[in-house]
Amino acid sequence: MADVTFTVDGKKLTAPAGMLLIDACRKVGIEIPAFCYYPGLSLQAACRMCVVRQEKVPKLQTACTTTVAEGQVFVTESPEIAQARKATLQLLLGNHPLDCPVCDAGGECELQDMTFKYGAGESLYAEAKQHREEQKWSPVVYFDRPRCILCYRCVRMCGEGMDVWALGIQNRGVLAVIAPNGGDHLDCEQCGMCIDVCPVGALTSGTYRYKSRPWEMKHVSTVCTHCADGCKVTLGVRRASDGMEIVRADNRDKSGINGDFLCAKGRFGFDFVHGRDRLTKPLVRNAAGVLEPTTWDKAIRLVAQKFSEANGSVGVLGSPRLTNEEGYLLQKFARTILRTQHIDHERTADYPTFSRMLAEVPDRAAGHREIAAAPAILVLGGNPTEEHPLLAWSLRTNHRLNHARIYLANTRPIRLARQAAQSLRIADYDALARYLAGDDAALGSVAGAADFREAIAGEQSLVVIAGAEYRGASLAALLRWGLGRPGVKFALLSDFANARGVADMGVYPDLLPGYQTLTDSPALLAEYAAMPTESGLDFAAMVQAATSAQLKALYVVGTDPVSTLGLADGALRKTFVVVEDCFLTPTAAQADVVLPAASLYEKSGTVTNCYGDVQMVRKAADVAGVKPDFEILVRLAGAMGVDVRTLVPFGAATGVRADMGQTRGAQAGEADRHAVWLVANGLEPKLSPFDPLATLDEIERLVPGYSLDRINLFAGNDAPTQPAAGPNAGPNAGPGSGFVPLESLLRRSDGVTPTHASLFHSAGLSDQTQVLQELQAYQNRLNPAAAAD
Amino acid sequence: MSAEAMTLFSPELAARFDALVERYPARRSALIPMLLYAQDEVGYLSDAVIDEIARRIGITPLDVRNVATYYSMLRFKPAGKYNVQVCTNISCMLRGGYKIFERFQERLGIGHKGVTADGLFSLEEVECIGACCWAPAIQVNYDFHDELTDEQVDAILADYRSHEQKAGSR
Repeated sequence: MADVTFTVDGKKLTAPAGMLLIDACRKVGIEIPAFCYYPGLSLQAACRMCVVRQEKVPKLQTACTTTVAEGQVFVTESPEIAQARKATLQLLLGNHPLDCPVCDAGGECELQDMTFKYGAGESLYAEAKQHREEQKWSPVVYFDRPRCILCYRCVRMCGEGMDVWALGIQNRGVLAVIAPNGGDHLDCEQCGMCIDVCPVGALTSGTYRYKSRPWEMKHVSTVCTHCADGCKVTLGVRRASDGMEIVRADNRDKSGINGDFLCAKGRFGFDFVHGRDRLTKPLVRNAAGVLEPTTWDKAIRLVAQKFSEANGSVGVLGSPRLTNEEGYLLQKFARTILRTQHIDHERTADYPTFSRMLAEVPDRAAGHREIAAAPAILVLGGNPTEEHPLLAWSLRTNHRLNHARIYLANTRPIRLARQAAQSLRIADYDALARYLAGDDAALGSVAGAADFREAIAGEQSLVVIAGAEYRGASLAALLRWGLGRPGVKFALLSDFANARGVADMGVYPDLLPGYQTLTDSPALLAEYAAMPTESGLDFAAMVQAATSAQLKALYVVGTDPVSTLGLADGALRKTFVVVEDCFLTPTAAQADVVLPAASLYEKSGTVTNCYGDVQMVRKAADVAGVKPDFEILVRLAGAMGVDVRTLVPFGAATGVRADMGQTRGAQAGEADRHAVWLVANGLEPKLSPFDPLATLDEIERLVPGYSLDRINLFAGNDAPTQPAAGPNAGPNAGPGSGFVPLESLLRRSDGVTPTHASLFHSAGLSDQTQVLQELQAYQNRLNPAAAAD
Repeated sequence: MSAEAMTLFSPELAARFDALVERYPARRSALIPMLLYAQDEVGYLSDAVIDEIARRIGITPLDVRNVATYYSMLRFKPAGKYNVQVCTNISCMLRGGYKIFERFQERLGIGHKGVTADGLFSLEEVECIGACCWAPAIQVNYDFHDELTDEQVDAILADYRSHEQKAGSR
């Protein structure tokens, strides 16, 4: 739209014609109050707070519905307007209880702020207030009816934003009330978005209500630990007897890639951190064969001694929830200190094939922000609504606001089909890849296939999102088709918070960081002296070898092979097993040494979501006794007699040895701009071997594709990455050199086992998260048929 | 089984609904007429009626309730066979509407929104029914009785009772 010029409070403003006045004003810092207006949702004009005076218009106008046009003149603050707003507040306060001192929203309540500003302190209404008891609508959503100001935000968020339509408004006039779809309870996705948008304390969170006040908490922005979408989450932490306790999770400043969004897992699923079964002391199996608490020193010394004795016969299993720095350090530790290539992680997507092929053509990987703004998206496999709630949210939002065309192909019906321009039911994903590439016979006679392919062929700019169903040859076929066309970008879905990052960091038995080969990567080989160059065993083979005592030691970091592979009790007892985990998992129960590890909410570093966006993880909670995997690795290396400086490039060349607090304690969510600038420009000294940022420097130097936009990263934003070739791809080398040849990648087993996460399931963590268990049981009770699937 | 096969409604009404949802550019435009017709046939909007209407239009039962609860002439509980609606808006009020309403309360032994024990009558005080020229007026189901005095109340009730007896003896 063409720009127009208009006047607000005597200032000349310019904005695109048709923009809402309230948005145009907010963009230049003129704050117009509003309860019902919420950016991105439909307009309600219910609250009358945003009234402004427009020249030549007899009555006050609502800024949330007035579109700007050339030459308009507005006044947004005047005694007349203040009086109108005050009157609105008096009406709202007519039945609003004065329970601010106990209300969850107290201190961050929009009604409180407005009352403070416009001063409707005295009520002219003599009628008694209509009190209603608060209602529990679900384990996590509570409704306090008298506090409700009927702004309809929750109704619109649930319907338009979430496409759940679980909230409505019933009756009219003074009897009007927000109503849940179950009559007296909610049957929904339990995302808590209604609580988030509520401007007052009418909707409150089951996990936070009556626990704290906003000003008592520190608010730490970090990344959610559950799925691979990488939502930014702000954890409200408070001092507790054993460290820092998480009392709330939300997306307070809405600045992350998730914008307004957070799902049930991100918002409510943090109680595992302070779970009763959390390990807080190292355990060592004693002479009687029982795991017995011990000190960190003794445990570390024992493990170091056993690892030294194993002399290379060690298997290392990593978790896709480690940070990038930990993933990188783990493989470096395995390769250069344990001197083994037996290292792998729980793989949930075939990133080697994905990255290998995308590295050949620049700029073909789609970050999350690109997906959220793409004009057309093809989603093959997966079920975003259940497994990738943020992706589903972004697709819905993109469809609603930008009319993005969504094309779906799936073997089963999925919820996202309601937004899809076309949906195709197929039986075989491989065949679909061949069909798209032009093999007419591949799909057989699937209804609508021809139209589907034609519509996709007509898209000039397309993002293809492949589920984990695509791997190996079928993924290669799909990518080959898309790379052969201009304007096609790709994303590959996976299941854990850092599945992509751990893969990028080379936690593979046959691939170095950046998917480089074990033999043809000069930059890394120069650094990783004495690394064995034979490929090691993969995850399953390593566990197999451990059960038959072919490995002298097995180092299990944050993963649970006994459960995932269904091993028998005592299957791992023939080898020396070290487990690092938050809980006494079935694997840990069989271990010789168990080291209590910090969860993602108790450490710092970076993670990469499945779309390749790197984000900062900041330490929020603190549980006494546990240590981050990063620190454990450094301590193990130290105890094995290794100069830790070869592992973590910390300190200046002259050798500064003091830890000056660089291990990153809990810090405020707001960015310290000075520190951000220093860190981004590499001027902050890394004085401690426990400083993950020292390893981030090494990652940036050695991992292709990880040249990050540091100022954005450290300021708390996402920094996109693109798969790239290794540094030995000289000017004369062909594209993709420095990489494993594609043929050999496709020959090997991809080892991908998706965990099928769902709204309340997050492998390895949801079992330990009471609120997620409760929500799952609650929804199962409401929908027994769906639960039986 | 198709939605039509499991319908709560008579075949005529079901057919009428099938036609109705196709008549408007948006299916949900048929909602309010459907609610009225369903209430006329079933007597009130039961949960089952609401579910079926939601299914026929393709919206959630919650959506149906959001609309239905707005309108006072839509009910969620059974009314009597003869629903007596007494207007007490300004014209009727000035010409004795409240007297008539009181007489009905006395004679039927029920108050506003009440139903007699035999289920024959129910009583409602309503806003304007558009018969101001002939105030005071009442509406019994779709029949109007106007220019009333409170003495006529007994005769009206007797008339409906005898009509009911005749219908019963047939």
